[in-house]
Amino acid sequence: MRKKKNAIYYVKKTGFYILLSALALFCLLPMYWMVRSSFMKNVDIFVMDPFVVWPKEMHWENYVKAFQSANFLQYGLNTIIIVAGCMVGTLLTCSMAAYAFARLKWKGKNICFAMLLATMMLPGTVTLIPQFIIWKNLHMVNTFWPLIFPAFLGGGAFNIFLMRQFLLGIPKELDEAATLDGAGAFQIYWRIILPLSRSALVVVALFTFMNNWNDFFGPLIYLNEKQKYTLALGLLQFKGDYSNKWNLMMAASTMVVIPCFAVYVVGQKQLIEGISMTGIKG
Amino acid sequence: MSKSKLKNKTIQNVNGWLFALPAMLGFLIFNLVPMFMSGYYSLCNYSILKAPEFIGFENYVNLFSGATGNFWVAAKATLLYTIMAVPANLIFALFIAVLLNRKMVGRTFFRSVFYLPCILPAVATSFVWILLANPDFGLFNTVLEWLHLPSSMFFWGKDSVLQTIVFMGIWSTGSTQVIFLAGLQDIPQVYYEAIEIDGGNAWQKFLYITLPMLSPTLFFNLVMGIIGALQVFGQAYIITEGGPNNASLFYVYELWRQAFKYMDMGVASAMAWILFIVVLILTAVVFKTSRTWVYYAGGEEE
Repeated sequence: MRKKKNAIYYVKKTGFYILLSALALFCLLPMYWMVRSSFMKNVDIFVMDPFVVWPKEMHWENYVKAFQSANFLQYGLNTIIIVAGCMVGTLLTCSMAAYAFARLKWKGKNICFAMLLATMMLPGTVTLIPQFIIWKNLHMVNTFWPLIFPAFLGGGAFNIFLMRQFLLGIPKELDEAATLDGAGAFQIYWRIILPLSRSALVVVALFTFMNNWNDFFGPLIYLNEKQKYTLALGLLQFKGDYSNKWNLMMAASTMVVIPCFAVYVVGQKQLIEGISMTGIKG
Repeated sequence: MSKSKLKNKTIQNVNGWLFALPAMLGFLIFNLVPMFMSGYYSLCNYSILKAPEFIGFENYVNLFSGATGNFWVAAKATLLYTIMAVPANLIFALFIAVLLNRKMVGRTFFRSVFYLPCILPAVATSFVWILLANPDFGLFNTVLEWLHLPSSMFFWGKDSVLQTIVFMGIWSTGSTQVIFLAGLQDIPQVYYEAIEIDGGNAWQKFLYITLPMLSPTLFFNLVMGIIGALQVFGQAYIITEGGPNNASLFYVYELWRQAFKYMDMGVASAMAWILFIVVLILTAVVFKTSRTWVYYAGGEEE
């Protein structure tokens, strides 16, 4: 009797892992296809019979050609400037706001927080056009300012919310003890809260990196000179210019994906735990 | 004594506002003011080159009557997409989360794999989907053929393009999965043990414990899912350009065209406000009905 139960148990368990692995393969399939095709001769991509699992000859020169066919060095540099600027701005001002909302008592706190949260439901398109016109009137379209500066004004409701959730978990006694020792709000923020919230800062930094590295909509609206393009926007140009050179398109895509993927491999645990934190106890 | 207390309070207020100031300025400059500005622009004849000229509700009338743009075509495509994508994403994400919530080895690994598509650049992933879905030499049709199933035109067929975009969307529901998983892990194990003693099977556990206990999370994901789906843009811009035959002419894509291709900021603003009002109404409806189906364990919390 017991043996039979065990057999069923193992069949079920195996089925479970097979299902899970099949789903995981489905998630990885596009990545695999991207890398596979990036190493092939273009004519071979059009041939599906016989099926090529992995190219016999690795055409590394596709990467050289793809790299040379657009100004990727410049795009990369532009992207890094924007990502770095956004990261500094977001980490600073979002942690400040989170500190105010989680640890300080002040008039108007609740209503301010509610208004900030409400912006998460406001469709971005409602504010898009006036924002564009503001930047245009300031003659700052086609500069990085529209992409970086907003990060210095809070860095988005989502990040503030995430940070605040984290700061709420730090014991209040620490602030009280520091106040008794004569520390002001700024010192508490800088000396106590920031060092203790390193893991939340890492999560916000990761989100900021991913969002800005991948974003093509902001650059599409605000940057119109090729010199100023980011990687995502530069990659987009391949569709028009190289739409039949699939191997080069895939090689270029892979190059844009790799840094993002590397950051994910290092930070995935923190990133995913960060998202779990925002979903519950909303 | 009371004077110093008062002073203390003032300092606290000043500190609070100082720390929140950048964020509140951001709220003011990038959200509140633009919101009213676009409300005003929507009532104007405003091509970006000339100053806005007040014309009342003409933009709205022209949109609804079909005199400008493809309002109804775009609304229909977006609505169809939303009706398909929201349930598909929720069901798939919940399915994955339930799988990951079981006792298992390698949960963190699988969780990371399932989340991966979310963090990849949309441009790069769209490119590879274009290749995978190519009707002539794409992997999808090759597999379908191999399984002796009918092939599809995917992004290039007017009856298959929306389904293909929905399918592509399922692939990157990582954040929804993770939020579901966090909700699942918050359900106390004793409830399951109790129903086990009563002889409940897996399906009953899901129906009578998992679903009710998870309803706040489901509610959150539903609201965010609807708001996100109504604003779908990337696939239309990168992959289909609204085609074929306007079948994937999504609302925000049409809005973008009005604003940045035809430079008609007035019409685009009117479209933005219509979308905003639709989002508000839908969210309000979901909130209203949520009383009947969302269960808060701690009693009346929200």
